[in-house]
Amino acid sequence: MTTPAGSGAVQARAWDPHDPRRAAQAASARRRQAWRIYAVFGVLLLAAVVGAPLVGSTPIDLRAALDRSRPFAENLDAQIFFIARLPRVLAAGLVGATLAVAGVVMQALLRNPLATPFTLGVSSGSALGAMLALTFLPAWTGGALTSVPLASLAGALGAVLIVYALAQVRHRGFSTDVLLLAGVTLNAFFSALILLVQYLSDFTETMRTLRWLMGDLDVAGYRPLLIAAVMLLPAIVAFAWLPRSLNALALGAEQAGTRGVPVVGVQRLAFFAASLGTGVAVSLAGPIGFVGIIVPHLVRLLVGADHRVVMPASALFGAAFLMACDAVARVVLSPVELPVGVVTAVLGAPFFLWLLIRKP
Amino acid sequence: MLLALIGACRPREAAKGTALAQGPRVVSLVPAITEMLFAVGAGPQVVGVSSFDKTPAEVATRPRVGALLDPDLERILSLKPDLVVTYGSQEALHEQLARANIATFTYRHGGIGDTLETLEAIGARTGHADAGREATQVLRAQLTAVRMRVDGRPRPKVLLVFGRDPGSLRNVWASGGTGFLHELLDVAGADNVFADVDRENVQATSELLLARAPEVIVELQAETHAEESPSPWLTLAGVPAVKSGRIITLQGDQFVVPGPRLAGAAEALARALHPDAWSTSPGR
Repeated sequence: MTTPAGSGAVQARAWDPHDPRRAAQAASARRRQAWRIYAVFGVLLLAAVVGAPLVGSTPIDLRAALDRSRPFAENLDAQIFFIARLPRVLAAGLVGATLAVAGVVMQALLRNPLATPFTLGVSSGSALGAMLALTFLPAWTGGALTSVPLASLAGALGAVLIVYALAQVRHRGFSTDVLLLAGVTLNAFFSALILLVQYLSDFTETMRTLRWLMGDLDVAGYRPLLIAAVMLLPAIVAFAWLPRSLNALALGAEQAGTRGVPVVGVQRLAFFAASLGTGVAVSLAGPIGFVGIIVPHLVRLLVGADHRVVMPASALFGAAFLMACDAVARVVLSPVELPVGVVTAVLGAPFFLWLLIRKP
Repeated sequence: MLLALIGACRPREAAKGTALAQGPRVVSLVPAITEMLFAVGAGPQVVGVSSFDKTPAEVATRPRVGALLDPDLERILSLKPDLVVTYGSQEALHEQLARANIATFTYRHGGIGDTLETLEAIGARTGHADAGREATQVLRAQLTAVRMRVDGRPRPKVLLVFGRDPGSLRNVWASGGTGFLHELLDVAGADNVFADVDRENVQATSELLLARAPEVIVELQAETHAEESPSPWLTLAGVPAVKSGRIITLQGDQFVVPGPRLAGAAEALARALHPDAWSTSPGR
């Protein structure tokens, strides 16, 4: 375990892959250490996967749920387990892992520990899309896709493209400073539009939008999950390719450039991968806050700043964290359910602060 | 007496089509009360309505003065009302009107009993006490008639949905165990699946829908929506209502405005839930 590095964790202790000293020795020690970390987080995730579907507003009997001899149509335990809970837990895992990794990438890309997956306007763009769909679109179904998730994804990708175009236009490279300012400004602009639409719309629509903004994992089926997973594939491939380059970027763009890292290409890839991941996650479950900032920092406090460890560990821990938060959300006020976004903040913030001030 | 004379001599900017009315000039920010005002014969005194008012058709001729979140104080004052009907949460507006020395009639949504009381009270406040009592009796009698009509029939377990995302089962909002929707179900001869939840609104997640196992699902729609096919409810094939195909859609804003049309709303519900109670039509 490394020492907590506080808010500068992103830049501090960046692993220098080109340091020739003790390379082989260090590499094997690091690998062992990394696997230990994965094992710990993996066990945590496994516990969440097994535990989360067992709790809910209705007590169910797991043995009855898994009993194949009874027809599914008459087996209420099985229906609750397979139709309501399992998709929900899987959605929590998918969304939690995606937001956590997108958070890691955004913090590295913008070299700012306060960056989140939502910093560059993805969530407000997608909220605006969802809101317009809720307010103005008639009910429309295109098979598995429904208007609200589609509109929110369109809004997210629209925001991404606007921010990207702005970051490109200034100078022919790709300025992360412009990216940050453009994203923050766009966030404010979209938020203002959201308020305007809310002000002009009906109460029921306003209420539904507010509820959507709090995040909701009740996806009611496997099909939305499958679609989201397929759309996430390019982002996942990019995430797998990024860690080494992000380590180099942490030293600064110029430093990285002198070491032969294609800086602008990496920045673009990081930006689009994190944005696509965030957009898909938000269209599936709404903008669930806090996961994308708290999980990366927690993981860095525990394992250091090497992105080759931080990214997989964040994926594991993000999934477990959101599953646990959703389980709490489902039982704490039973039979009514708390929005999961409320739980992530209420549980996550104090825990994070405690980690921050605790003596190593 | 003198005051009344002065009041009657005040210059009026009554809207087109408003007859010269007796009694206080009223501005209503609450659609349910606007309907009550017209029901007790105080319609001609209504000089301003909220931006959500649709019923009766006559409200189209009245100036709009905003609504729950955006009451336009200047417009309200310019209409020189003697009484402003406000919603309970509009505290800032109450203070402002009190400073302007204008009386307010404050209202909050509740159950059917509250609607009946309010109908009588608004009649008394606007100089139509007898008409208010009469309208209340009529409404009570109509509700009783619906209740009697379905009395003794088996009461289905009903999920009463008043909102959800188009084309999916996300954000399903249903009536909890309090409020006028819940009580309407009772009048219409049905049991609410969320009767034990002490809230007006419940977000019905798929788990709750499966666990509560409604025998009938009633979806209320304030305005007409496009047909959804396939029905998103089919994903919950284990729910008895889905299995037996008893999913009913009712359209109309009488389900969201707890005013004098509550009896009509109750009857529409009862006819949908117990169609055979109306198949043999005795002379009414």
